[in-house]
Amino acid sequence: MKRVYMDHAGTTPVRREVLEAMLPYFTERFGNASTIYSYGREAKSAIEEAREKVAHLIGADPREVFFTAGGTESDNWAIRGIAHANKEKGKHIITSSIEHHAVLHTCEDLEKEGFKVTYLPVDKYGLVKVEDVINAITDETILVTIMHANNEIGTIEPIAEIGKALKKLDRKIYFHTDAVQTVGKIPVNVDELGVDLLSISAHKIYGPKGVGALYIRKGTKIKPFMTGGAQENKRRAGTENVPGIVGFGKAAELAEKELMEQYEKLSYLRDKLIKGIMERIPHVILNGHPTQRLPHNVNVCFKYIEGESLLLNLDMKGICASSGSACTSGSLEPSHVLLAIGLPHEIAHGSLRLTLGRDNTEEDVDYVLEVLPGIVEKLRSMSPLFPSKGGN
Amino acid sequence: MYSEKVMEHFTNPRNVGEIPDADGIGEVGNPVCGDLMKIYIKVKDNVIEDIKFKTFGCGAAIATSSMVTEMVKGKTIDEALKVTNKAVAEALGGLPPVKMHCSNLAADALHAAIEDYKRKKERKDVAEQK
Ligand code: FES
Repeated sequence: MKRVYMDHAGTTPVRREVLEAMLPYFTERFGNASTIYSYGREAKSAIEEAREKVAHLIGADPREVFFTAGGTESDNWAIRGIAHANKEKGKHIITSSIEHHAVLHTCEDLEKEGFKVTYLPVDKYGLVKVEDVINAITDETILVTIMHANNEIGTIEPIAEIGKALKKLDRKIYFHTDAVQTVGKIPVNVDELGVDLLSISAHKIYGPKGVGALYIRKGTKIKPFMTGGAQENKRRAGTENVPGIVGFGKAAELAEKELMEQYEKLSYLRDKLIKGIMERIPHVILNGHPTQRLPHNVNVCFKYIEGESLLLNLDMKGICASSGSACTSGSLEPSHVLLAIGLPHEIAHGSLRLTLGRDNTEEDVDYVLEVLPGIVEKLRSMSPLFPSKGGN
Repeated sequence: MYSEKVMEHFTNPRNVGEIPDADGIGEVGNPVCGDLMKIYIKVKDNVIEDIKFKTFGCGAAIATSSMVTEMVKGKTIDEALKVTNKAVAEALGGLPPVKMHCSNLAADALHAAIEDYKRKKERKDVAEQK
């Protein structure tokens, strides 16, 4: 059966070039980078080379890039690390209501320690307003953390504008952005964004799982996340995941090289997919911003049906996608992002996210467009909510 | 995560639809995740002659709806009332723990349809006596 993977915002396959770059570091170059003999030096220089590549991708100095075990760790570190190192200056954090759970649950956890957190609302497209951020600032505010783009609905937030506005204040407030969804997809430059901290994940850009990075601007006061050895400039202890870091570096290098080409290809496919769905299926809502949106993200709600049954039907046709429906969530709560943009529970139920990647072709898009209308129609014919023709 | 039996009922659900002149209609919402199920029954001589359902919900909700209609079609009202959500889940070869609540929906909708039928019948009987 034909298989079409359209869940690239969830994870991506490791590229062959990336895997090849990694392989020697499992075997012949297995050294621990903290040692002084040749094996160790080899590992050390491989890590530094990867650091330069990741730094280059985001316009940072390599000394400001710290490797972690992934995006979730980077978010945890940024938020907890700033909160704990600066709590004598204040205990207030500003974030948005549509952040990834790695940010939201970390903030909630800090609330239990006595921090105050403001969760800003978003408009119907999922945009945070710059003036809302500024208005929420109090004398106690030490950190603003707003994602660069939303992982579910693809809306790109006005991070550079928020960064500018924060710089105008007479007091330093640290600014963190979770850029897990944007790095490698759209141009990301830490100076243009005006951020002090930025989270990245390798497995979203065709690198391995279990590796990420946190960009920390020089002069930022932050607590180490792990304590132990002197790795990562004493800020993140633990023997480095050398093969993972090497793979991350290679993935970053390739992402940078192919960024514009991929951007164009993906946005073309995205627009074709959105247009095709809208034309072929009635009662559909596009979620997220129509233009200020990630190039690979399609997120729609089909009224009157439920997302898990939609995913199961798509899977039977070989199509891999995701949904924000309560029934798919494990917690049985609908997506907090879809609720935050104002969708009622039953409409959030019928959400479908398709996220494109470099291996997707126009035929893949055509195939989805061919299969999807029939599935939606079948589920609607079973739905008590769907107004049946000539009804009773 | 679903058993073969669940997937089989999900893929080819039995008794989907509505009964225009149903003798009883049961509609139940699921407070856990917000789904909705509607069951229609046609009763003759105390036997469920025909039964149809419509469901807005997950794979387990659709499969349990299908299964419950199959289990009670041709049964008497009293037999149908004895069908529990556990029995439906068992007939499907089990459900993942997080999906057990979906099977409540099916049994509840069936019982609601029977209640509705009884209520309507009582009213009709009273009217006929007058
Ligand atoms: S109906 Fe929502 S989880 Fe089954």
